[in-house]
Amino acid sequence: MNVILIAVIVLGIIGLASAVVLYVISSKFAVKEDPRIGQVSSVLPQANCGGCGFPGCSGFAAACVKAADEGSLEGKHCPVGGQPVMEQVADILGLSVGEITPMVAVVRCNGNCENRPRTAEYDGAASCRVQNMTGMGETACAYGCLGCGDCVSKCHLGAITMDPDTGLPVVDEELCGGCGGCAKACPRGIIEVMPKGPKGRKVVVLCNNKDKGAIANKACKVACIGCGKCVKTCDKFEAITIENNLAHIDQDKCKKCRKCEEACPKGAIVAFNFPPRKPKAEAEETQKPE
Amino acid sequence: MKTFKIGGVHPAENKLSATSPIRPAALPKQAVFSMFQHIGAPAKPVVDKGQEVKVGTLLAEAGGFVSAPIHSSVSGKVAKIDTALDASGMRRTAIYVDVEGDEWEESIDRSTKLVKLEDKPNLDAKTIVEKIKQAGIVGMGGATFPCHVKLSPPPGCKAECVIINAVECEPYLTADHRLMLEHPEEILVGVSLIMKAVGVDKGYVGIENNKPDAIRVMTEKAASYKGIEVVPLKVKYPQGGEKQLIDAVISRQVPAPPAIPINVGAVVQNVGTAFAIYEAVMKDKPLVERIITVTGKSLSKPSNLLARLGTPFGQLIDECGGVPADTGKIIGGGPMMGKALLSLEVPMTKGSSGLLLMTDKESRRGKVSPCIRCAKCVSACPMGLEPYLLSKLSANEDWEAAEKNDVVSCIECGSCQFTCPSNRPLLDMIRVGKTTVMGIIRGRAQKK
Repeated sequence: MNVILIAVIVLGIIGLASAVVLYVISSKFAVKEDPRIGQVSSVLPQANCGGCGFPGCSGFAAACVKAADEGSLEGKHCPVGGQPVMEQVADILGLSVGEITPMVAVVRCNGNCENRPRTAEYDGAASCRVQNMTGMGETACAYGCLGCGDCVSKCHLGAITMDPDTGLPVVDEELCGGCGGCAKACPRGIIEVMPKGPKGRKVVVLCNNKDKGAIANKACKVACIGCGKCVKTCDKFEAITIENNLAHIDQDKCKKCRKCEEACPKGAIVAFNFPPRKPKAEAEETQKPE
Repeated sequence: MKTFKIGGVHPAENKLSATSPIRPAALPKQAVFSMFQHIGAPAKPVVDKGQEVKVGTLLAEAGGFVSAPIHSSVSGKVAKIDTALDASGMRRTAIYVDVEGDEWEESIDRSTKLVKLEDKPNLDAKTIVEKIKQAGIVGMGGATFPCHVKLSPPPGCKAECVIINAVECEPYLTADHRLMLEHPEEILVGVSLIMKAVGVDKGYVGIENNKPDAIRVMTEKAASYKGIEVVPLKVKYPQGGEKQLIDAVISRQVPAPPAIPINVGAVVQNVGTAFAIYEAVMKDKPLVERIITVTGKSLSKPSNLLARLGTPFGQLIDECGGVPADTGKIIGGGPMMGKALLSLEVPMTKGSSGLLLMTDKESRRGKVSPCIRCAKCVSACPMGLEPYLLSKLSANEDWEAAEKNDVVSCIECGSCQFTCPSNRPLLDMIRVGKTTVMGIIRGRAQKK
C-alpha cells in the first residue's frame, strides 16, 4: 500500500513540475504564426504540387498572407484550385482577385501507332528519361512521345492516363489543374500548359517535331512539316508563328476560327472541345431561306 | 600477373574474328561525315556544296580547343551539308560526299616503308603535337577524346610515363589484336612519338593475356625500342578503362573527378591511336580510315576491315556476309559498352571500333525482378561505387544524394548490370543520374 502511495505522490510531483516547466517554456518561446496562414491553407486543395511556385500549399498560404500585407495578391495563383479557391483566399485576406485564366496541360503529340510507325524496339528501363538518352526511341521521330508515362507518375491529381490503344498520354481536362508537373517531367518537352480557352475550346498544333519537313513527314503521318499554310490563313491575327520547322499557335491571339485546322495539309492542327461540324451540304441547306 | 584491384567481371570472350587478317573494305558510293565524331565542340564545315575533294582534303575545322578537324576519306564531290542519323541515335549535322575514283592528296606518303624516329631527327615535341592536331586524331578506343588535348598537359602537371592501351577487354572485338600482329613496328614508332611529345622516357604497352601471340610479337619488336616495355595483364573487364589500366600497370589510383590521369603522371593512349599517330606524323596522313571488327555468332564471315570513315555500316556488314535472318540487335562497339544502332544507314566514325550482330535470343533483356540485396553489383563495380544505391537515388531523383555518393565517378562500363541476377536496369538509371548531376555541377560552376 505504502509503495503504491509513494509512487503516486512521486509521479504526481514530477508530472506537476514538468507541466509548469512546459507551460513557462511554451509561453516564453511561443512562435506567433499569423492565424490567417492556417485559414488560407485550409481552403487550398492540399495537392502540394508546387504548381504555384512555392513549396507546397502551406508555403503558398504564407506567401499569400505576406503579399496581402503588402497590399496585393497579384501574381499569386493556385493553378489547381483556380478562380473559386483564389476568391476564397482573397475573402479571408480582405482583398479581391482579378479574372484568372484557367490553365490546362496539352500533350502536343498525336503520333499513335498508326500515324507514327515503329522503326525500332526499346526494351530498356520503363522510363522516358532513360529512353530519351538512347536517341530517337522507337520511332523515327526524335521529338515525339516516348510512351513510358513519366508524366503520369508525376501528376498529383490523377489527371493523366496512358491510352493503351494509342500509347499516348491523355489529359482529363476536368481534373487537370495546370500545375505543369507533367510538362517538367517530360524529357522531350511535349506537354505545354496553356489557357483552357472559353468552354475549353482551343486550337493546338499537336506536334513537337523540329526536323525539316521531309524527315518529319517520313517519320509521322500527322507531323508538322513547317509548310507555313496555317501562317498564311492567320495573317489577320498573326497568332501562328513557325520556328525550327514547327508551327505554334499563340492562344492569347487565337480567335478560335479553325481556319488553320482546315488549311493544314497534314492534320497536325487539332481543335479541342468544339461542337461537331455540320457536313457542308447540310450547312448550306440550313442557310437557305425557307 | 598484374590486373586492377577493385571489382571487375569476366564476360565470355567470343573473339570470333581473331584469326581473320585485316582486309580493306570497298569504297562506299556516298560517304557521310558526321560533325560529331569526337567529344567536345562539333567540327565546323569549311567546304561548299559541289566542291571537289580528294582523300585527305579538310572538310571541317576544329570547333574549339577540345575538338578535332575532319578530313575526307574519299575523293569526289560534296553532295550536300545536311543532317544524318549517327550512332548516338540522333540526327546531327553531316557532310555528304559522292564518291568518284580514289584520288589522294599529294602530300600523303602512301608507301608501306617503315619510317623510324631516327629517320626524322628534327622532330620536336611541339611539331608532333601540332601534326596530331592537324590530322584530327582522337582516342580510337571508342571514347574519341581529341588526342592533342591529352598530349598538352595542363600547367602544374608533369607526365612520368606513357601507357598504351592494347587491352581490348570488350568481348568480340579484335581490331587492336590484329593491328598488333600486322603492324607492330609502326605502333612502337607511334609510342616513341607519344613519349617524345610529352617528354618522358618510359612507355608501357598493356596487353591482356588472351592475346599471347600479340604479347610475343610486341615483346620481340619492343626490344629494339628504348624505354618501351610490354606488360601482360590478367584477363578482366573493364581493364581497358583508363583508370583501371593505370591501376593495373603502375599501381596508381586516379582520384575522383575532376582529377584526370595526368594528375598521377600517366598519359594513356589506345594502341590504335598510336598507329594513327605514326601515320599522321611520319606519313602526313590524316585520320581517314580505321580498323573495325565486324562480328557476330550467326554472321557468316566475321572479319577485321580497314574501312574508310563515312562508310555506311550496312555496307560493311554486306562485305562480311550480310545480315543473318535471326539478328535481334546490331550494336555499334562491343557488347558491354556499345550502343544498338537505329539504322544500317548510320556511317562509320572515328570511334567505331566494332560492329556486333547479336541474335534475337542473345540480345533480349531478362525479366526484371526486385533487388535481392546480394551486393554482386557492389563487388563488380571497378570504381568502388554502390550501383544499386545510385540507381535507386536516380530513380527517386535525389540528385543531391547521388552527387554525394560519387555518381560522376561512374565509367558506365556496365559491369553492375551484367552481374545483376535480377536483371535490373542499373546502368540505365545511373546514366540518368550521372548526366543530371554533371549538369548541376556545370551550372554551379558557371554561376561562380
